[in-house]
Amino acid sequence: MSTKMHIKLTVNGKNEEFLAEPRELLIYTLRERLNITGPHIGCETSHCGACTVTIGGKSVKACTMFVAQANGAEITTIEGIGSPDDLHPLQTAFKEHHGLQCGYCTPGMITRATKLLEENPDPTEEEIRFGMAGNLCRCTGYQNIVKSIKAAAAEMNAAKEAAE
Amino acid sequence: MIPAAFEYYRPSDMAGVIALLEEHGDDARVMAGGHSLIPMMKLRMADVPHLIDLQGLSGLSDITVDTDSIRIGALVTQTDIIRHEGLAAVAPILRETALQIADPQVRNMGTVGGNVANGDPGNDMPGLMQCLNASFTLVGPDGERDVAARAFYEAAYMTAREDDEVLTTVSIPLPEGGYAYEKQKRKIGDYATAAAAVQITKTGEICAAASIAMTNLSDTPVFSEAASMALVGTSIDGTALSAAVSAMLGDIDPTEDNRGPVAFKNHVAGVILRRAIERAWSRA
Repeated sequence: MSTKMHIKLTVNGKNEEFLAEPRELLIYTLRERLNITGPHIGCETSHCGACTVTIGGKSVKACTMFVAQANGAEITTIEGIGSPDDLHPLQTAFKEHHGLQCGYCTPGMITRATKLLEENPDPTEEEIRFGMAGNLCRCTGYQNIVKSIKAAAAEMNAAKEAAE
Repeated sequence: MIPAAFEYYRPSDMAGVIALLEEHGDDARVMAGGHSLIPMMKLRMADVPHLIDLQGLSGLSDITVDTDSIRIGALVTQTDIIRHEGLAAVAPILRETALQIADPQVRNMGTVGGNVANGDPGNDMPGLMQCLNASFTLVGPDGERDVAARAFYEAAYMTAREDDEVLTTVSIPLPEGGYAYEKQKRKIGDYATAAAAVQITKTGEICAAASIAMTNLSDTPVFSEAASMALVGTSIDGTALSAAVSAMLGDIDPTEDNRGPVAFKNHVAGVILRRAIERAWSRA
């Protein structure tokens, strides 16, 4: 056992403080310690992207970060992106365009897609496929995921224009 | 996957890092983004009782483009490389290479410093840095020294860096002429089956200088001077391409693994090098 550390995180706007061993992987901190179970464990080897969260504004795989590294960071998970009563446009688009089948990869997909659309608000199909390359889906064949992200981008851009 | 327990440190200056390295010797490792080290720790293939996180250090996250050289701090991520327009203008091969490494999430964490210092033959930046004749700055208890990328790699995970030294900066002379980083991989996120970094300059229609390095085809990156020299003075015709490929094949030493047997790797290395040379020449 190594010395436990005093960890402070801000997760979806809420401050969290606890003692943890530095070796604890962030995905376990979120799921088992904080009961934030939207980010999933798929491969646990930084390939599948089911555990994707946003840390300090960047998409990161939470299975490949120690909680000690994240100490002091601001983290957003799928729980901070929308709620059942107030879906994010990406969540609505995934629902309407069948962007999921089993749904296991979806929280990671949508969390990653929020950053992709921030970085590139009007991506081409090729740019979506390249920007989502760190997230695997074993059901859909990706076609409807790409369609959903494209639809959400159009929706978000139209809303932005209407607001201006 | 639970790694073995370790003590975690996040020093705020280099003196603090060096002091920890001196105290703990090879029981300590420094970490930037952790995307090479953490997977090895999770598999318990790397035992790191004392983990020194470099993220608290300032001054290692800058990309500086001067009139004759580029300096990249050890904590610059692959994403930083891709997004830096000034860098892409003077050395587009860096962006071309970084875009072929892993996936967006991994590139957000993975650093140039970690990629070159780790000594994994599968990493792409070491071969590129040999092609570009870069040098690495190492800081240790006795001060600073520079080691050429072409002299840095000794064997898999074995480099010229001493246990109490930290790689802080990658310096690259401004590249000239055409470029290409060509990589064959089985899927996004995989290491190369074979990859080639090529820079070529021309005078008229004749190749004036060339530099060729190969990735993941030996236990170190391979700078092939013979392949480079095979192109100089030619018009990069079929004969020159074949001569460069056969010279390169004499310098690499691939081993059989789940990416294929040796004969296949030699074949792919030849195909990839041809493509890289042709693309670099078309851009020269």
